[in-house]
This record gives sequence, C-alpha cells and structure tokens, in this order.
Amino acid sequence: MITFHKIGPYILRKFEKHQFIFIMPTYSLNINNKNYQVEADAGTTVLWILREHLGLMGTKYGCGIAQCGSCTIHVNGNPVRACVLPIEGLANGQKIVTIEGLSTDQDHPIIKAWEKVQVPQCGYCQSGQIMQAAALLAQNNSPTREEIIQSMNGNLCRCGTYMRIMEAIQIAAGQPTSVKSDE
Amino acid sequence: MSKSNINKATLKRRDFLKAGTGITLFIGAGGLIPALTSCSEAGAMDFPIEPLNVTAWVKLDSDGTITICNPAAEMGQGSMTSLPMIFAEEMDADWDKVKVEFSAQEPAIFGSEGWGNRKIMLTAGSRTINGYFNVLRKAGAQARYILMHSVAEKWGVPINQVDTKAGQVIHKLSNRVIYYGEIIPFLKVPDNLPEFSEKELKSPQDFRLIGKDFPRTDIPDKLNGAAQFAIDIRLPNMVYGVIERGRIHGARPTLNNETALRALPGVIDLVVLEYGVGIISTSLEQGLAAKKSLNISWSDSEASGFNSEEAYTTYEQVAAEGGQGRVVTNIGDFKSAQDQATKIYSADYKNDYVYHAQMEPLNSIVQVAADGSSAEVWVGSQQGFTPKFGVPQVLGIEPRNVKIHMQYLGGGLGRRSMTDFITECALLAKKVAPRPVKLIWTREDDLTYGAYRPMSLQRLIATTDSSGKLTGLSHTVIGDGDNLVASGIKNEFYDIPNQSAQIKTVKHGIRLKHWRAVGHGPNKFAIESLLDDIAYDQNKDPVEFRRILMQHSPRALATLEKAAEMAKWNKPTNPGRAKGVAFLERSGTLSTGICEISIDERTGKIRVHHFWTANDAGIVIHPDNVKAQLEGGIIMGMSSVLMESLTINNGAVQQSNFLDYPILRIEDIPESIETAIIKSTGHPQGVGESGTPLVAGAIANAFLKLTGKRIRHLPFTPKRVLKVLNG
Ligand code: FES
Ligand code: FES
Repeated sequence: MITFHKIGPYILRKFEKHQFIFIMPTYSLNINNKNYQVEADAGTTVLWILREHLGLMGTKYGCGIAQCGSCTIHVNGNPVRACVLPIEGLANGQKIVTIEGLSTDQDHPIIKAWEKVQVPQCGYCQSGQIMQAAALLAQNNSPTREEIIQSMNGNLCRCGTYMRIMEAIQIAAGQPTSVKSDE
Repeated sequence: MSKSNINKATLKRRDFLKAGTGITLFIGAGGLIPALTSCSEAGAMDFPIEPLNVTAWVKLDSDGTITICNPAAEMGQGSMTSLPMIFAEEMDADWDKVKVEFSAQEPAIFGSEGWGNRKIMLTAGSRTINGYFNVLRKAGAQARYILMHSVAEKWGVPINQVDTKAGQVIHKLSNRVIYYGEIIPFLKVPDNLPEFSEKELKSPQDFRLIGKDFPRTDIPDKLNGAAQFAIDIRLPNMVYGVIERGRIHGARPTLNNETALRALPGVIDLVVLEYGVGIISTSLEQGLAAKKSLNISWSDSEASGFNSEEAYTTYEQVAAEGGQGRVVTNIGDFKSAQDQATKIYSADYKNDYVYHAQMEPLNSIVQVAADGSSAEVWVGSQQGFTPKFGVPQVLGIEPRNVKIHMQYLGGGLGRRSMTDFITECALLAKKVAPRPVKLIWTREDDLTYGAYRPMSLQRLIATTDSSGKLTGLSHTVIGDGDNLVASGIKNEFYDIPNQSAQIKTVKHGIRLKHWRAVGHGPNKFAIESLLDDIAYDQNKDPVEFRRILMQHSPRALATLEKAAEMAKWNKPTNPGRAKGVAFLERSGTLSTGICEISIDERTGKIRVHHFWTANDAGIVIHPDNVKAQLEGGIIMGMSSVLMESLTINNGAVQQSNFLDYPILRIEDIPESIETAIIKSTGHPQGVGESGTPLVAGAIANAFLKLTGKRIRHLPFTPKRVLKVLNG
C-alpha cells in the first residue's frame, strides 16, 4: 500500500518501511505561447521557475521583494514581478510573456526605440524596463511624462539610464522628447 | 578544430595555422603568432608568451569578418565597442565586418601596462581606454602592415606603393584592390615586423572610426534577454550554492543544527567557511529555504560593538588631536600661510557608508575536475591583480589549469574587482566535484556583506590674504581605508600656493572597497563646498572665484566656461531655484558640473531640475558612450548624495535590501542632463567616474545660494535638510 502525506509544500510518499521520498507537484504553464510542465515545490517563485527550471534567463533577479522590477513579466498583459509570484498562482492557464517572447523579430516599438536611443549600459535591468514600458504603451499609447514616471518608478537602474528610458518611451509613443543634449 | 592539434614545439612565428576558413593572429611587439583558437581559448596556449610580448589579437575570416578580442570587462561602460574601435581604426578595418569577443584572462597576453610595471588585466578606475589606447593602436597598425606586406609580395610591388582603405588593400598605380578576407590564402608574416611609434600611427584628423557614434556592439542582445551574465549560466548536473554570512563583518560561525539541515530536502552538502556557512543544494529554492533554517552562533569580530553614527564624535576628536597622519600632499608651507592669513575658514564635512548596489547580485559558477587538478570558472569580474581571481590559490592548483569564461557584468562599480564571490564558490565546488556549483548571493547577502565606500570626516582649513586671495588649504581626512579615502584630495588645477593634506586612519573592521570614483565623492564635496563658502563670504560669484583659481590651467578653465555657458550661469534663475557649480579631475578627465535645484521647505526634499556638465577627456573614442557614462554617473551621484546611507549599529549592518537602502528611481531624475565634450587631441582619459563626484558639491553650493545655509553631511536626506533649514 502506498500512503501520501502532505507536509507543508511537500507530498511525502511512504516509500519503504521508514523511508520517504519527496514528490513534487507538477504545474503546467503557458509561457510565450508554449506549454511547459514543471515539477517544483509549491511556493517556488515564478522567477526561479523561469530561470533555473526552464532556462528562460532574460528575466532577472535583482531584489526578490518586488522593489527593483528586474523580474518584470506580463501575465495576461499586465506587468508583474515574477520574484514574488508563487508558481501555483500562475498555473491556471494565464498567458505569461517574458522578454524572450515580447518580440520575435525585434520590431516591437519599445525595442526599436531602446536601440535608437542606445539605452542599456550594463543591461541587467533592461529586460524588466522593456517589459514594464511595453505594458505601459499597450495600455496607454500616449503617456504623459508623469504617467511614464508613475509606471516606470518600480524599475531600478543602477547604471542610471533613466534619462534615456524616458526619451525612448516618448519616442516609441511618437512624442517629442524632453531630453536635450549639446555636443 | 581542437587545440590539441597545436604542436607547441612547432609553433613558429611564420607558420600560419589555418582553421576552417579563417586565421587567427596574435599580434604584438615581438611579432605575430598564429594559433587555432578562438578569443577565449588563447589561454590554453602553452608556448612561452611572455618573451614575445604579445599584446592583442585579431581573427580574420575569409568572408572578411574580423573578430577583435576585448581584454576588458564589459560592465556597461562600453568597452565591447570602444576598444575594438581603436584597434580597427589602425588596422583600417571595415567596421561593419567587425565582431567582438572577450579575450582570455591572460595578463601576459592581454594585460595593459597602466598598473605599475606589471601587465595586469583590471577594469577599474576608468583606466581601460587610457591604458589600452596605444597598445591597441600599435597592434592594429601591425595587423595592417602584415596585410599590406603580404599583398605587396604577392603582387610584386614595393610595400610603400600599397595602401589600405576600409577593409581593402589597394595598389593605386595598377588600380588593384583586394579585400582583407581574400588575403588569407597567401598571408605571410614579414621577417621583421616593424614596431610602430606613436608618430607613425594615424593622426587624429585622419580618424575614420574614432569619434563616431556606432551603435554599441553589446546592445542588441541587451534588448531581448539574450545577453548572458554569469548568473544566467546553466550547466549539466549543476547544483546551487548559497552562503549565510554574518551581519557583523568578520564574525565566525558555529553551526548548531547540522544534522537537521542535512536532512532538509535538496540539501547535498554543507561547507563551513571562516565567515559563513555554505549550503549546496539540488535546486536554488531548496538552498534558499535551507538557508532560512540555519541556526548559527556568531563569534565577536573587530567590528563588534561598532556604531557608525557615534563614530563621527571619535573622528572629531581625532581631527582635533595634534599629530600627523599620513601626508598625501605638501605644497608650499601651509603653516606659515595660516600664520599670515587675514582670514581663516574652517569646516567639517561628513559622509556615511555607501553600498555598490550593482543590479546583478554577486554570483559565480565553478566546476572543479573530479581529480581536483583543474577548474573552470564562469564569472563577470572587473579582473584584478590575483591570478585567475584567486581560484588556483584556494584549490592549490596552477593558474594555467584554471579556465575563466568571462561574462557580461550586471554592473561592477568597484565591487566586482574583489574575488570573494569567486573563491568561496571554488571551495563549495571542490566539495562536490565534478559537479558545477552556481553560487548566488541574495540581494540581502550582497548588501549586508558588502564592501562599502568608507564613512569619513573631512576637516578643511583655508586661508586668505588681505586681498581675499586663497593662500592655503589644509585637508585632513579621518576614516578607514587609507587610499579609499585619499583619492581626490589633491587640487592640481587650482592656484593654491600652500596646501597640505593628510589621512588619519581609524579602523572599524567593516569591509571596504572602491566605489565608483572612490574618495573623489567625499573629498571633492568638501573642497568644492568650502570654495563656495569663501566666495559667499567675499560676496563673489562662485564661477568667477574659480576662474581666478584656474588662471594657469586653461584646460580646466575651458570646462568651467563651457559649463557656465550651457547653464546660462549669468542669467537669472527661476524664482525658488538656484544653481551651484563644482569642478574636478578624475582619471585624467577634467569636468565642471552645474546643477539647478529647488527645495520643498515642508518636506526637506531637494529636487534637481537640470544638470550641465562640460568635460575634457582627451580624444573621445565613442562620444555617445561618453555621454551615457556621464549621464549615468550623474544619476548615481544624485542617488548617493540625496538618499544613500548605510549604517552600522553594534557591529551589525542595519539595512538589507532596497526597501531600507533606497537608490534613485525615475521619479527623481532631472528634466535634463546636458553634456559637452571639449575637442581635444590629448591622450584619451577615463570618463566612467567623472559624473558621480560632481554632484555633491554642485548641489551643496546651489543649496547655499538658495538658502544661505550650509549642508555638510552626505547624504542630504529630507531629514537632514530640514535640520539645516530649521537650525
Ligand atoms: S527581483 Fe523582482 S522586483 Fe526585484
Ligand atoms: S543598465 Fe545597468 S542596471 Fe540598468
């Protein structure tokens, strides 16, 4: 006879007399229009699932507490922080989009504007910045400077590329930019 | 093709080994060495490299692709574009055909001589371009010479009749043209490869690539998630490492629940280090869960009992005590200037600890061979003086048996010039060899076991004569870290006849490290603030006051004039706002910065509306990148000046993540940052750190103008601002 015990996140299966093995639950996720089956402990964050289980490394770890935005992904079109999202919350058919799936041919207006303005420096925060900005434009195709600030304020950039992020979003939205330069 | 095909004994300068369709050339002062390797494989070569003094190399493919090795770390500063541009310029390559790869970590081949007498690979101190400029130009010129020489011989014409033009060798007299890639089948090294002196290299007016804004080579991959940082590496059979380190730096752990820990799901092994306990686990989440279950007792350490807020009182006492510290500057005779002074100005400036907060938390991946005789390392590092980042040493193996796979850095800022996050991973990997271990520091680990810019106190004394002229300046820094608090203490561009500067060290046992611009942040804040204090007292305009001080430094003066012009310094500022100016030299670059601020008198929040900066950085390789570095540097400067403070209480770091250690967000950016680069034909200088230390002085001086009050303790948090305003 096989007995199952649920202890915390683990399902313990009585294996032999005094032996147990841990069985992890399986989740199915829809990421970038592909279905994935993932075996993981309940409570594992989507960030670790994407990165360490599935190898989708574009989504970055920066703080783990929803303070930096490096891990921003889209869930049903909304920007969310994968680092605080447990996997069980996303296994109900929600459509997940990561930076890898944002644009197959790099012609997303945000990516084009980012390239034009040469936004990234180290680049580490940029997946999150781009995902956040793309979600903003999808919901508001002509954001004001204040709306851009409000939407982008959760995304940190230690290299200090904010001036160019602002300019690139304004360009992508077809607006005059507020950034001046003098060579 | 595998490297085992190379028979070292038969590798001679003139033997060209052709791999597939291409050829790889090592080009250096001693000649040219071909090898069947890629950029990162160069380290696997065993032939005696040093005597040949090889410095840089390039791979040429028959389709014309030219792969240039970048010896420096790419941490956002653009080395992946600017260094190859320098090489390609002299090689006269077609930029569209250039590809870039990281070089191997072999200082004998790829080091720059900018660090004393040794050839070192170190990306720090904004010295990359400065250090590699001539090395790469000479190597590029030699590559071009080899191509021309081969073609001249093939065509039977004298070499002085052939020339090059953007990726082609041309012979005008016979109207013949050949692409570089087509030369491979008959490429031949001359018996005597000439050394090129600086005079024989292109003169700046002939530059075709240098000075142009090509799109950065690393950017396309940074837009779609493809750029690979060390943290993104996944290897077969890889396991995870996490380490719990003490909140008190240097404390030693005693693990109290080893048995319980080993029984936790996914825990493979435990490693007790001198300063922490490492967990090796099957998955990252299991390792992190186990880390929370650790029960550790910590020993005392040198830092125990230390309280950073109280330390300023000690610093003031130390400043007041007589006795010399380490003298950094002694020009003229400050003592007699003081005796003869008409007026003496004195002020103390303080700055709290600040943390690097590079966006990619520290991490590395190490795989040790089953027999322990070799290892591979995947890491983003600013490199350094220790061979192979200290991994050979901790594993007790030869440096040649350690292979480094350099990755992009998610920020360096000085922190990634340390090796702690690499050597400790090697110790974990040794325990589970041959399984690779990916060690990840959480943000909390990264912050609490950081290595900070030291807190310090600057006591400045300035003297003026009866005409108001600045006759002397004495600058005493009290703090820990010696050189870390010394940089930026000198004033080589101001006419101050009598200067003395010294450092008095007080040790605390807190880990310290270079932080973007190092001591320039605090020291330039103090110097530039005191200058404005004196100007204010004399009722002089701060720009005019500096103009006089800079009268014998035309390059410095040019940056001041340009910045003043950009900021419309002489025009009235909007009501409720004021402008402040600061000047400095960092890594050879001269910079003036001017900001315009306002203050919310109710909340104490300082808002920076505009920032203008004019810079003389010598020859600029990639202007837009210089601009980006200055913008980013200013933003990071604003962050540190307005909000960053790390405190220690009873030995323990008090902050842990971005919630309690906020860094600047987009809501606080200025409406504009304008940068100007002054045309120059001087040797290129560093710009990565120029913007950051300009900010404190510029803001403090605008604050003085706006309020008549002095703010002298970094950061200028709303709380401190209110205290000054109401004080
Ligand atoms: S890692 Fe998710 S917000 Fe920082
Ligand atoms: S580009 Fe480096 S953190 Fe944003």
